[in-house]
Amino acid sequence: MTYRIEGRTGTWEIVVGLEVHAQVISQAKLFSGASATYGGAPNTHVSFIDAGFPGMLPVVNRECVAQAVRTGLGLAAHINVVSRFDRKNYFYADLPQGYQISQFEHPIVGSGVIEIELADGATREIGITRLHLEQDAGKSMHDQDPTRSFIDLNRSGVALMEIVSEPDIRSPEEAGAYVRKLRQILRYLGTCDGNMEEGSMRADVNVSVRQAGEAFRTRCEIKNVNSIRYVMQAIEAEAQRQVEVWESGGTVDQETRLFDPGRGETRSLRSKEDAHDYRYFPDPDLLPLVLDEGWVAGLKASLPELPDAKRARLEADYGVTRYESGVLTAEQAIADFYETVARGLDTRLATNWVLGDFFAALNRTGRSIEDSPVSAASLRALLGLITDSTINGKIAKDVFEEMVDTGDEPMAIVERRGLKQVTDTGAIDAAIARVLADNADKVAEYKSGKDKLFGFFVGQTMKAMAGKGNPALVNEALKKQLAD
Amino acid sequence: MSLDTATVRRIARLARIGIEENETEGLARELNGIFGWIEQLDEVDVSGVAPMIGTGLATPRMREDVVTDGDRRDDVLSNAPDRVDAFFTVPKVVE
Repeated sequence: MTYRIEGRTGTWEIVVGLEVHAQVISQAKLFSGASATYGGAPNTHVSFIDAGFPGMLPVVNRECVAQAVRTGLGLAAHINVVSRFDRKNYFYADLPQGYQISQFEHPIVGSGVIEIELADGATREIGITRLHLEQDAGKSMHDQDPTRSFIDLNRSGVALMEIVSEPDIRSPEEAGAYVRKLRQILRYLGTCDGNMEEGSMRADVNVSVRQAGEAFRTRCEIKNVNSIRYVMQAIEAEAQRQVEVWESGGTVDQETRLFDPGRGETRSLRSKEDAHDYRYFPDPDLLPLVLDEGWVAGLKASLPELPDAKRARLEADYGVTRYESGVLTAEQAIADFYETVARGLDTRLATNWVLGDFFAALNRTGRSIEDSPVSAASLRALLGLITDSTINGKIAKDVFEEMVDTGDEPMAIVERRGLKQVTDTGAIDAAIARVLADNADKVAEYKSGKDKLFGFFVGQTMKAMAGKGNPALVNEALKKQLAD
Repeated sequence: MSLDTATVRRIARLARIGIEENETEGLARELNGIFGWIEQLDEVDVSGVAPMIGTGLATPRMREDVVTDGDRRDDVLSNAPDRVDAFFTVPKVVE
């Protein structure tokens, strides 16, 4: 669906590109041996390198490089076997070196692509311009003291991947879908946990507007947006603002802005005097990064199955719909759970159970797939009991609820509560005979043409059998007795 | 290349080096002297030669992904001019 802003002077479209900063999953920092773990007491995950002490030399962490390469491969991107670290110079209190070590001219990963899917099922390809490695900065706290800001350098020097998209995005929805898809790929790859609340993934959003057929107009960059919803809201608000500026005869200045979710608006962030004069130059402390082709090939060979491929495979192997495959592959853990349940079973039954009762139970208990109250093996066992006619589908729902509550295995519950399905036709016939005898008036109505009463007899028979009758056998026997 | 006093002020500001107005002219002269000296390199024709960042003989040493440092808060804070508990502090910066 095309996103347009109707202005006073015409119709506007939006042009958006995203720079996503993704914190690399690693033990140690990009250039030092200090811990890269989130949290920790203030200033304890800090080495002299991260604190910018004079004379300290950075040494690159091999795993951080590997993570960047894996991510590049996961984005179907070109891997640059020669890349380089540069210094990006700026002055800020949480940047003790006075520069960030980044990659400017020669990033480790070149152009790639992400396919996004929109709510109406349409897909679009969004180009990736590049991915580069860089250091994170420390954290400033402004609310601890009336006149001072407090600085914690635990995050200083943690490895980030900056993933830059082409200006291919044309609506807030596409931007949301892009970030979601990127996060999904990063999580599958295990290269970033994608946790936006903890700041391990954040986006800089470049927005401009233009009228049909025009070249790009000036863009503004909205810094550090930390949720997908805010990315979408920020784009809407900023595009609206720019349209108003242009239509009232003004010009949009290229500048950095901040999104204020409370007010739903963006505002100018940095004084123009200091705007982007980073004076990049190659970091003389670091040699160019040269990757061994064989090493890259090894990383490629060890990549996990990625969302698009997994989705296609689930559709082919398990006959799930396009929508279902999307839900089942949203997280790798869900897909793993599903396959453990469904492999070799009636896949339709398995799909319905996982997407229905099982997801409902997760929602109700507020648990995630990782600490699910029912294991995949247990759910599989339950479905096995349905398939081999030990219990019927209705009883299975009761058993499942008890599994959620107690964590017990399905067979144990079935045996404890005596829930095995009755397939003994003699017992079924006897139950039916009693029901028909007790409801002679209804039998007469049925026989005079009130077919709908069949369901009533099924219900009464099942009730008489405490829900344990085999539904097919009950139906069959009922038809026979009512026909007599 | 010739540096004017406005550029000197700008460089000083970017580097957060405080200079007095009456110093700018002298600094511009000194820096221009240095530039003039470096610009002798322009006499060498390097067209078509890629910038050299290393000798190409050495490949960078990489570290393994193991925590070998940190947990030295007091050392890290030892030069902090205005430490409060576990933190560095700076004059309030809010944007």
